[in-house]
Amino acid sequence: MHGFFETDILSDMQKPFYVKVLLVVTLLLGINAFAQEKDHSSSEEKGSLKTEIKEFIGHHLLDSHDFTLFTIDEENNEHVGFPLPVIIWDDGLKVFSSSKFHHGESVAEVDGNYYALYHGKIVKTDAEGTINYDEDHHATNVKPLDFSITKNVVFIFLVSALMLFLFARMAKSYKTSALPKGIGRLLEPIVLYIRDDIAIPNIGEKHYKKYMSYLLTVFFFIWIINLLGLTPLGVNVTNNIAVTFALAILTYLITTFTANKNYWKHIFWMPDVPVFMKIVLAPIELLGTFIKPFSLMIRLYANITAGHVVLMSILGMMFIFKNWIGSPLSFGLAFALSLLELLVAALQAYIFTMLSALYFGSAVEEHHDH
Amino acid sequence: MEKLIEQFSFGLFFWQLLLFIAVLLLLRKFAWKPILDAVEDRESGIKDALAAAENAKKEMQNVTADSERLLQEARVEREAMIKEAREMKEKIVADAKDLAQAEADKMIKQAQVAIESEKKAAVADIKNEVATLSLEIAEKVIKGQFSDKAKQMKLVEDMIGDIKLN
Repeated sequence: MHGFFETDILSDMQKPFYVKVLLVVTLLLGINAFAQEKDHSSSEEKGSLKTEIKEFIGHHLLDSHDFTLFTIDEENNEHVGFPLPVIIWDDGLKVFSSSKFHHGESVAEVDGNYYALYHGKIVKTDAEGTINYDEDHHATNVKPLDFSITKNVVFIFLVSALMLFLFARMAKSYKTSALPKGIGRLLEPIVLYIRDDIAIPNIGEKHYKKYMSYLLTVFFFIWIINLLGLTPLGVNVTNNIAVTFALAILTYLITTFTANKNYWKHIFWMPDVPVFMKIVLAPIELLGTFIKPFSLMIRLYANITAGHVVLMSILGMMFIFKNWIGSPLSFGLAFALSLLELLVAALQAYIFTMLSALYFGSAVEEHHDH
Repeated sequence: MEKLIEQFSFGLFFWQLLLFIAVLLLLRKFAWKPILDAVEDRESGIKDALAAAENAKKEMQNVTADSERLLQEARVEREAMIKEAREMKEKIVADAKDLAQAEADKMIKQAQVAIESEKKAAVADIKNEVATLSLEIAEKVIKGQFSDKAKQMKLVEDMIGDIKLN
């Protein structure tokens, strides 16, 4: 046992350089508490606890321009985290740190223009940060094109890097032996499952190979990012419609551009039905091609959002009950729900991959006489 | 729905699309292709090895069957040879017996013929001898008879006396 620990420490010390760098960066970022501004205008009436929880959940579900791990003191605007770069296109590219917004408390002045955060969105304002509303209480301020590296973008980037790291490593381990080593042992059965139980049955032995890269990437991407959403870091990327839209549009584009003649024939001129029905079916079928990826987008978005809302609501109930029965009960419930969410994280990744494979399968299906 | 559209962040969409496609292409080159190729190689290797083992087993069975068959054939052949040899032996013995019998019969016959002829010759000899001897005895008797005149006369007288004139 003693010897085992010794070798373990030794191997720790021999870990490559990038691991050390990563560790140092993580530690530095973690303790970088910033933005200890005094909140001058405490005129805002402090809402009840329920409203506060509701707002917190709403805030949690939104993307944000700075990476806040947790808030120490809401009143004094004390947060632990770090700012992220803001990149906007407003008569030219403008790049600045999101610390200028002070968590939405102040107006950022860049090159003589003023920008403020309004419900997590960057809007152009005057020096006082005035938000103009129309009669439906919608902000009418100009919204510049926002390419900021937000919290979610950071996580997408981290997950991408993690995937590259894991799978490149796994691929490398095959060079020395026919069996995977390390993390590959865990990942290989999943890769094989996607190949043998998702790709081949749905797409067919003949065509499945060209879709494997997409199916594998999308499965692991959604799965890993869903799992990270369940960590206390509190980042959930897949509850953003923009993210699921990007994934769904890729499925749609791949389906459309790899589709064969048979697929289009089934859409525009359905065989084996009367001519009148052919004309009626064509627009329906065409609409169906859009509805399919649209359902992919909504399904993933709604499932993850709902999971987070319910989980956080139950956690919030703990603070509302504040007694010996309710709080442990809501804790237990939240625990059970977390386990369920673990399943949902994998399930949604599976469903997205499975349905994508199904659509690809219909795109390359060979003509056969009915 | 309206809220969804309002919340839609084009920036996030852009980054997601960009990063996802980038990671997809990189993974395809550096991970999925090598991994899937390696797995496929391994699977085909296993398949080949299994097929080879199956073939070897079949071959082994064939060889065993062949040797079994050869053994059986050899056994049958041996039996046939033994049988043949036995038959040959019996035939030879029988032939020899027959031949010996025939030879013996021939010899016996020859001996009989020889004995017969010898006998005949002997009998003929004895006859001749007897004739000669008889003649000599008769000659001697006759000579003796004729040497004594008185006796001759007496005999003649006796004989004449016997003869009665009828």
